[in-house]
Formats: sequence, structure tokens, C-alpha cells
Amino acid sequence: MSATAIKTDEPVVFHLPEEPHHPEGSSTGLGFWMYLMSDCLIFAMLFATFGVLGGNYAAGPGPKELFDLDLVAVNTAMLLFSSITYGFAMLAMGKNRINQTLVWLAVTGLFGLAFLGIELYEFAHLIHEGATPQRSAFLSSFFVLVGTHGLHVTFGIIWLVTLMVQVKFKGLIPANKRRLMCLSMFWHFLDVIWIGVFTFVYLLGMLR
Amino acid sequence: MNADQLIPLIFGRLTLEALPLHEPILVVTMIVVALGGVALLGALTYFKLWGYLWKEWFTTVDHKKIGIMYMILGIIMLLRGFADAIMMRIQQAMAFGGSEGYLNAHHYDQIFTAHGVIMIFFVAMPLITGLMNYVVPLQIGARDVSFPFLNNFSFWMTTAGAVMVMASLFVGEFARTGWLAYPPLSGIGYSPGVGVDYYIWALQIAGVGTTLSGINLIATIVKMRAPGMGMMKMPVFTWTSLCANVLIVASFPVLTAVLALLTLDRYVGTNFFTNDFGGNPMMYVNLIWIWGHPEVYILVLPLFGVFSEVASTFSGKRLFGYTSMVYATVVITILSYLVWLHHFFTMGSGASVNSFFGITTMIISIPTGAKIFNWLFTMYRGRIRFELPMMWLIAFMLTFVVGGMTGVMLAVPPADFVLHNSLFLIAHFHNVIIAGVLFGLFAGINFWFPKAFGFKLDRTWGLVSFWCWVVGFWLAFAPLYVLGLMGVTRRMRVFDDPSLQIWFVIAAVGVAVIAVGILAMLVQFAVSFKNRDKLRDETGDPWGGRTLEWATSSPPPDYNFAFTPVVYDTDAWWDMKRRGYKRPKTGFAAIHMPKNTGTGIIISGLSLVMGLALVWYIWWLAALSFLAVIAVAIAHTFNYNRDYYIPVEEVRETEDARTRALAGTEA
Amino acid sequence: MRRLRLLLLAPLVALLSACNMVVLHPAGDIATQQRDLLVFSTLLMLVIVIPVMGMVVFFAYKYRESNKAVEKEYDPDWDHSTSLEVAIWGAPLLIIVFLGAVTWAGTHLLDPYRPLDRIKPGQAASEQVEPLQVNVVALDWKWLFIYPEYGIATVNELAAPVDRPIRFHITSSSVMNSFYIPALAGQIYAMPGMETKLHAVINHPGEYVGFSANYSGDGFSNMRFKFHGLDQAGFDQWIAGVRRDSRSLDREGYLELEKPSEKVPVMHFANVDGALWDSILNMCVEPGKMCMGEMMEIDKRGGLNMASVRNTMPLVYDKYAGRGKSPAYFGSNDSYVMTICTPLQAEAAAADRIRRAELDNISAPVSLARITGQGLTPQGVPMASLSSIVRNPVATGPVSTDVRSAPTA
Repeated sequence: MSATAIKTDEPVVFHLPEEPHHPEGSSTGLGFWMYLMSDCLIFAMLFATFGVLGGNYAAGPGPKELFDLDLVAVNTAMLLFSSITYGFAMLAMGKNRINQTLVWLAVTGLFGLAFLGIELYEFAHLIHEGATPQRSAFLSSFFVLVGTHGLHVTFGIIWLVTLMVQVKFKGLIPANKRRLMCLSMFWHFLDVIWIGVFTFVYLLGMLR
Repeated sequence: MNADQLIPLIFGRLTLEALPLHEPILVVTMIVVALGGVALLGALTYFKLWGYLWKEWFTTVDHKKIGIMYMILGIIMLLRGFADAIMMRIQQAMAFGGSEGYLNAHHYDQIFTAHGVIMIFFVAMPLITGLMNYVVPLQIGARDVSFPFLNNFSFWMTTAGAVMVMASLFVGEFARTGWLAYPPLSGIGYSPGVGVDYYIWALQIAGVGTTLSGINLIATIVKMRAPGMGMMKMPVFTWTSLCANVLIVASFPVLTAVLALLTLDRYVGTNFFTNDFGGNPMMYVNLIWIWGHPEVYILVLPLFGVFSEVASTFSGKRLFGYTSMVYATVVITILSYLVWLHHFFTMGSGASVNSFFGITTMIISIPTGAKIFNWLFTMYRGRIRFELPMMWLIAFMLTFVVGGMTGVMLAVPPADFVLHNSLFLIAHFHNVIIAGVLFGLFAGINFWFPKAFGFKLDRTWGLVSFWCWVVGFWLAFAPLYVLGLMGVTRRMRVFDDPSLQIWFVIAAVGVAVIAVGILAMLVQFAVSFKNRDKLRDETGDPWGGRTLEWATSSPPPDYNFAFTPVVYDTDAWWDMKRRGYKRPKTGFAAIHMPKNTGTGIIISGLSLVMGLALVWYIWWLAALSFLAVIAVAIAHTFNYNRDYYIPVEEVRETEDARTRALAGTEA
Repeated sequence: MRRLRLLLLAPLVALLSACNMVVLHPAGDIATQQRDLLVFSTLLMLVIVIPVMGMVVFFAYKYRESNKAVEKEYDPDWDHSTSLEVAIWGAPLLIIVFLGAVTWAGTHLLDPYRPLDRIKPGQAASEQVEPLQVNVVALDWKWLFIYPEYGIATVNELAAPVDRPIRFHITSSSVMNSFYIPALAGQIYAMPGMETKLHAVINHPGEYVGFSANYSGDGFSNMRFKFHGLDQAGFDQWIAGVRRDSRSLDREGYLELEKPSEKVPVMHFANVDGALWDSILNMCVEPGKMCMGEMMEIDKRGGLNMASVRNTMPLVYDKYAGRGKSPAYFGSNDSYVMTICTPLQAEAAAADRIRRAELDNISAPVSLARITGQGLTPQGVPMASLSSIVRNPVATGPVSTDVRSAPTA
């Protein structure tokens, strides 16, 4: 480093003829990615909590008594389909087809709602049977891990609807494309988390 | 429905008894604060400053103004946190031989909890964030941060957290659990009051701000650097800021998660950290320290950067061992995640686990030691000017090594068994936090104040403050080292053994000396403001600076740099100066800038209302304010018109004024 | 200035010599060894800290701007020297390597779970002498000590014979505390529903102070007790004194005792319910409540069927009564899991747990040979003790790294 400093004779440019431009939103991808990673850490903590407390049934029922894998498989399918349809929406966006984008986003939202509906049904059923989050540490960590994911999906749907309105009125302008890109990352991220939940909580839970 | 049912429905558990009217100390504080508040609000109204404040400050997205607001928040909260320190020291100096002192357990336990929470979250964090916010974009030759609106929002969320802590002083109570609120003590069964809820929501709200500001600064440093500034040409302060922000983003979510679980235990009755139903309190202790230890390095790393800048500027030399400094910082960043268990060796984890964490802790002292040597050899063969920042550096080096040494002592598990939770530990971490973080902040404030305001700080009062702090620090904490070796544990309210008292009295005297130091600092600001014309610096480069922030005027214009500089060297401005850089006086263009917005302060205000409503179980208000937060956030996304151009005439006018000012200094 | 500093130092020295630095002058062998490690690591670090401090002052003074003598030395571009950089990374590294090795060995040797191998320097622990067992319970805000060997219990008073190893089993009734007698040995946490252990020995007779070193609520400051180091005759006398007290401690008595109270005077109990400690540790003193051990056994087998979901009773183990009862707003937390054993089964299970706990406590002979390597397996362990390691890993202090905090289930 000191070598470069000593050469003082050569002529240098201190300002470029063209100002370096940081266009609006040039850091958005990176920033949103970092947000996702921080969110991922929250999930990591909840997974770790489930890992520690997942076997503490407090002499109550365990996963084998509580979980209905068929239902969860349907639920997983809903979310995976929603990821595919979101992918179609992004393809349509790439071709600047507003209506096609909107239709695929709507389909994604419906799959998301179906996922949420099934999850809420599962929760209601468990609570109705007495398997409340208060019954054991296992149930506490189960409800909070799965519930936090569900909460994310809920916010994803709110965001999706907001974006649909914005695309409808403003069209596929760069700002909206950027937002659709962010939501896409968010949506697929939730998918990945769910695969973790499905494997770690439900499948491994049945094997415990 | 009768009134008995209606009132709890409207006000939750908030009743008139929540006002601490039976605590005379609090009543007096309340009256003083109320009078002061009324006077301040009155003055603002009288001088018609509301519009100015709202337009120029509260809604600003300028990283410089946000940085200054962070600093003001930190200094105000320092006064509150320090008041707690004084009260603790007086209590401990008094309560001997059957005397109960002047604070009951209910009050005293809140004070030591609040002291810790405030000093870490609402003093150190805002001051550091403020410094990074102000300096980093300037150092990398950027016009603002990556996400200017988020920056404003982060600041107001931090402020909302601080307001919640302050509110707990006058309405209800604060936590009585110690600053990390270990369960089961912090569970609903043992802490049924609102104290822990205040703690949780204050930290959660402020935590949102901290995490977002961390993401913002990383994106800024990664994406917005001036052309030519590769990673290994970044100033060291920017490097340490980058690492600190990486730590923020990678550790604050842990705090968010663990506090959320504690919240659920308290509000919904889940069993994460309870004794019964399979809960596990040890898990809380592990999780919170997985955040807590990186937090220590979040605090100290940026100040290591400040000291690096100060050492090289005031020695008039390049920083010795830039590369090893950068690697040391990165190594510390990584290792800080592998040491958390040293905070509870005494939990009985087993010898192999304890030794692993003890040794990783010691390993951190290697890069830290290398840093000390680097500053030392930066001074070697230099021309050292003993301006105030340099004096803080010397005081830091002499004091911090002692703190580092006692830290390594505590990292030896068998030694920790006899010193854990003792006043020796208290002395140790104040030794590193005061000498490392606070001294660094004071160095930074004295160093960059002329950049922010265009005039230097008064030297005489600065010296008074300096000596009071250094002497006061040793007077206050050396006795605590001794007391720790006498087997005295922390958080005690009353004592049996009369032979301890003299040490507590000395410590109390030390705190009084520090109080004079804080006072002198406030006087220093006032005197400097009064004599600002005499202390004025028109050059923008009062210290013979080395990095880009000194290339622009003091205070810098809204757009920081009329032309983005091209960087060839780590010490970019030093390099430009010696190659005979001439500041361009023509050829200006319009500059693209972000617009101010009130969304940040509005969402934070609503979050504050939601937090308070949740603390007091006012469910309707909590739900309402939550919906409002969502609505305002969505409404904000419908605003596509977020930027504007500073017209070329305005740029030319600003730059011409600077040309004239510079000509004046040369003449 | 310097003379002033010296003047300041004089009373300081006087003060320091007058005070009783118990951590530096302990009366038990474990605390003494911990002190030695503390002093050693300090001295080792001073090797580097003192020169650094000296250099800071020297460089700052010598290279000040007003010193014209060194103006010629000024070299603004000097920022790198490979040999110097190797030294500044190498010197701390060397010290840490050395200190790390000492730490590894010291941590294993002074592991609080490890049965003592010596009474004091040069005197090995005798295999004939069974350690004195004391079961410690941190209550709100006082200490309960149970002596199973003598069937007695005390509150806020502890005594032990000089030079006989003591084995503490430690738990807490409600929140976390830390059991610490500075003169005897380092501290260890006391946590509800969990057991920690501490092995120690007192070498000098005397009266020492013990306390909780972890904040636990309002009464924490006064959670102190006297620890008497007595010769054998004195200890026997003390036991006899406790026995003269007519009080006895059973489950009801304990439930009364554990309610929060401050500044509790010393109490003696001549008789203690033999199963009390086990049920305190397993948090099932209240009759009808399922013990932790039983619960963990059930959980290990995958829990119970759906009917068990309602197997709770309206009350909690946590003692809300004294600290202001308040369940979670949205919870129905006022419940505990009912035991599903008949009283007879529960008694048998408790007896089994106690028997197994006692088995765990039989200390294997500790080899005094030099220790090396991972886990510090003793060199040249006789076959007999090796087989005991295999059969019962918990029993052999030095090699055991199991999860010690789980209750003895």
C-alpha cells in the first residue's frame, strides 16, 4: 500500500467526467437479502428452541398423537404450488404482461390463503382437543415455530395484494418490478423455511 | 355493563396507583422533568421552532442530521443512566451496619436494571450509530446512505424505545430483574408487574431500529463507495463499522426471537422458560448471550476504528499495519460468536465445554492485542500532536489494557468460579466499556465535531472533562476490583461487613468526579458554541485529516460532495493533498437527492403507542395502533415520488460560497 | 505530579493491607488452587501488559511534536514491517497458547463435579473417608441444608469438619441463585428442577461467610449464611446440638418454609423426611404432583395418549403466593401435571431414584498421576476403576461430560 502512496509524480484524475450514479434502488436487492438473512436467524432460533424443547411433552401427547401427516402434506403442496405460480408471475413480469402477471399473483395469493386456512384449521383442531400452547414446552415451541411461519405468510399475502393494486394502477414500472422481485425472494424464502418445518417438525416428529 | 367492567376494558391494568406518588424521589424527579418539559415546549412554541424542527430535522433523511440526532439522544440518555449510577453508588456507600440506605429493594432493583439497559441500548448504541451514520457516508465519498428513509425510521424507533424506558420511570415501574432479565425471575409468576413488559417492548421497538440501521449501513458500505475505493482501501473506521453492522444484523434477530419467546411466556402462558411443563430457563440464558456477546463487539469495534483514525491523524503518519488491523477486526467479528458461554461457566456445563469457551475467549485477546500494538507503532516515529482526541487515545490505551487483562483472567473458568458475578466483574466490564467505548466516543466527538458544526470544541473545558473522566474512572472502579477480591457480589443493596464501607465511599467519590467530567463536557459544548467565531474552521480540514470526510466543507453541504472523488489510496484525502489536488470551481451539475418524509416518525409514534398499550393490557388500543402502523406503511409504499434534484444554481451558489471562504483563510 | 501520585499511593497501600481479600487468602484447598490459577494468569499477562503500558507512555512522550530531537526520525509513510507484525501477533499468541494449556488442565482438575483427589497440598484424599454430603436448596430468600448422612437439616447455617471432603448437591426452589462460599471454593448456580454439584474441602477451622451470588429478587441482599469450619469434635458437637432441637422437616413443613421470607434466623431440624430432597429436586413436594423424573421418563418414551392432555390440576409449582400471584393474561397457567402413579408406585419410584443417585455418588478412586490430553483421562488407571467408568460414567468425575443439570431420573 505504501508503494502506491509514494508515487506522486504521475498525473491523476480526481473526478470522473461522468458522475458515478447510484440509481434509486440499486442497493435494494442486497438490503432485502440481508433482511431475509436476519429473518432466517429468527427462524433458526425457533428451530433451535424446538430442537431443545421438542421432546418435552410434560407427560402429555407427542407428535404421533397430534399430527395428521396427510393434512400437512396437502398444506405443503399448497405452498409449493404457490411458489411455482409466483414463478409464473415473474416470467409474465419479464415479458411486461400486466394482466398475466396479475392473474398469476392472484393464483399465488389463493394458494397462500388455502395454506393459511389449513394451518388455522389444524391449530383450531389441536386447541379444541386440549393440546394448547400452554400444555407443554413441546407444544409451545411447535405453535410458535409454525405460527411464526404462518404470520409471515399472512404478511406476504397483504404485501401481495398491495403490490397487485400498485401494478394495476402504475403498471410494471421499475419500482414495482423491484418490489415484485423482493416479494418473490420473500415468498420463496418462506417456502424454504416451510420445507424445514415439514421435515424437522412433522416428519422427524413422527419418527421420534 | 357497569363501570367496574368498563374501566379495565378501556384502561387495561393502568390505574391511578401506577403513578409512583408514594416514592418522594420519583415525585421530585417527575416535577422537575415536567417543569423542564413544559419550559422546553413553551420555548419551542414561543420561538416558533416547531415548523423548523419538523421540516429540517424530524422528517429529514440526511444521514448527517440523523447522526446528530442520534448523538443528542445518546447524550440525554447518558444523563439518565448516570443519574442511576450515582443513586446506586450512594446507596451502596450508605447501607452498612444495619442501615437500609435510602432506597428500598423495589426501587434499588429497578435502578440497577435501568442503568444497565439504558447505558447499553440507549446510550452506547445511539452514540455509536450516530457516529457511524455521520461519518461513514462521508468517508466513502457517498451522498447519503443506501436507504435514507429507513435511516430516519430507525432513528425514531430507537427514540421510541428510549421514550418507553423513560415513561416507566413515571408510570408504573421498570424491570427488577437485572439488565438481561433471566427467567424464571422475569417470568409472569415472579415479576407480575409491568416492569418486565416495559423492558421487553422498549427493547423490541428499539431493536427494529437497530437491525434496520445495521442493514442500511452494510448496504451503504458495500454499494456506495466512491470509485477506486476497493475493500482494502476503505478507511479503518469504515471497516470496523462494516464489521459492527454485520454483527448487528447477525445478532439482533436472536435478541428479537428470545424476547418474543419471553413475551409469549408472560402474555400467553407458553412454557419456553418456565420451571414447569418442560420449559427450560437455561435456554434463555444461552440464547440471550448468543446475542449478548457479539453486542459487546458491536459496541467496541467502531471505536477501535475511531482510535485508528485518531492515531494516524495526530501522529501525522499512515496507520501501521492496515492489513493486519483489518484482519484483526474480521477475526474478532467471527470469534465473538464462539464465546458466549463464558458468561455462565458456573452453570455446570462440564470441564471440556468450559475450557473450550474459555480458550476461544482468550484467543480474542490476540487480535485485540495486535490492534494495540498497531496503534503503538503508528505513534512510533510520528509527530504527535496532543489534541483532545489524541489524549483520549492515550488514556484509552493505558486503561483498556487493564480491562483486557482482567477479562482474560475471567476467561479462565476456575478463576471465574471465584470472581463470577462479583464486583471484580463489574469493574472489568466498566473498564472495557468506559475506557473502550466511552473514551472512544469522546475522542470521536472531539475529532468530528468541527466537521459537523464548522468550529472546534473548546480545549480547556475538554481537558477538564478528560481529566475528571480518567481520574474519576479509576477512583470509581479500582475499589470495585478490590471489593471483588474481597468476595463482594454484585447487585447487593445492603452489607454486613463494615470494613467494606471505605471502598464504597471511595467509589462514590469517583462517581462524583466523573459527574464533574460530564458537566464539564456540557460546559465545553456551551462555551464552544458561544466562542464559535473564534473556534471557526473554514478549511474543512482542521486536523490535517487523511480521509475523505475532510475533503469537503464543514459542515458539509446537503449533497456532501459536489463531485464524487476518485480514490487511489487508503488515506484518500492525504493522498489528494500531497498530489496537489485542486478543488474544481466550475462545471457543477444538478444533484439527485432523496426527499424528506414524515412516515418514519409517524410509524414510530404509533409503535410507541402500541408498546405502551401492550404493557398496560389495553388491547383495543394495541390492536388499533398495530392496524394503523400497517396502514401507514402501506400508504407509504404508494408514494413513488421520493427524490428530487438540487438545481445546479444552488450547487454553484454553495460551492462559490465555499470558494470565497477558502480564499479568506488563505489570504 | 509524580510525587503527588506517590502520596496518594501511601494510604492506598495501608488500606489494601488492612482489608481481608478472602479470594486471595481462602481457607479451602479448592479455593486456594483457584486463587493460584488467578495469580498465575495475572502474572503471565503482566509480562506483556506492563511493557505495552511503558511503551505507550514512552512513545507518546518521545514522539511529541514539540520534541525537535526526533524530528529527523519522522517517517510519515512507514506503515509496514513484516518482522514487527509477526512479533505483535506472535507475542500474544505465545502467551495465550501457554495460558490456554494451563486453562485446559486447570478447568478439568478443578471441575466442581470432580471428586477431590487431595485434601491439601501433599495430602491425598483417603479412599476410606466418604465425603460429607450436603444437599443445598436455595429458597426465597434463605438457604436450606440437608445432611442425609445425619438425617438433619438447617436453615442459613452450614458446618463441616476440617479436612474432610464435602460433596454439595445443589438445587433451587423457584429462581436461579448461585451458591458461593468464597473461603471454601468457587461458586456454582442453584437452579430449580436441576442439580449441580460441588466438591470442596475446608482446611482451617473458622467462621466464614456464604451467600447467593446471583440476583434473585427483593430479599437477595440478605440471603447470607454462616459457614463453620470445625474440627471433628466440634462438628460432632454441632450435630448433637442440631439434634437437640425438637423440630422436624416434612413436606408440609417444607412448603411452609419455602414461602418467600427475608432475614430468616438460623433454624435447626433434628429430623428430615428422607424423600424430601428427592421431591424438592424433582419439584413434586406438593402431594399429587408429577415428579420431574417421572415426567422425563414418560417423555423419553414418546409421551402419553390424547387423554393425558387434560391430566393437569389447578395450581402451579411456582410459588406465586408470596411474590404476587399473576398468571399470564391469555393463559390458563394455573395448573400442574398430576402424577399418574399410585402412592405406592410413586414411593417405589422415589426410592429407586434415591438409590440410583447414591450409586452415582460412589466416588471412584482418583488417580494422582499426571493428566494429559482430551478429557484428561488419567494415565495408568487401574483396571478396576476403568471398569467402573464403563459401568457408571457419572461416578468417575474427571471423564464425565454428561448433561449434569438434569435431575437424577
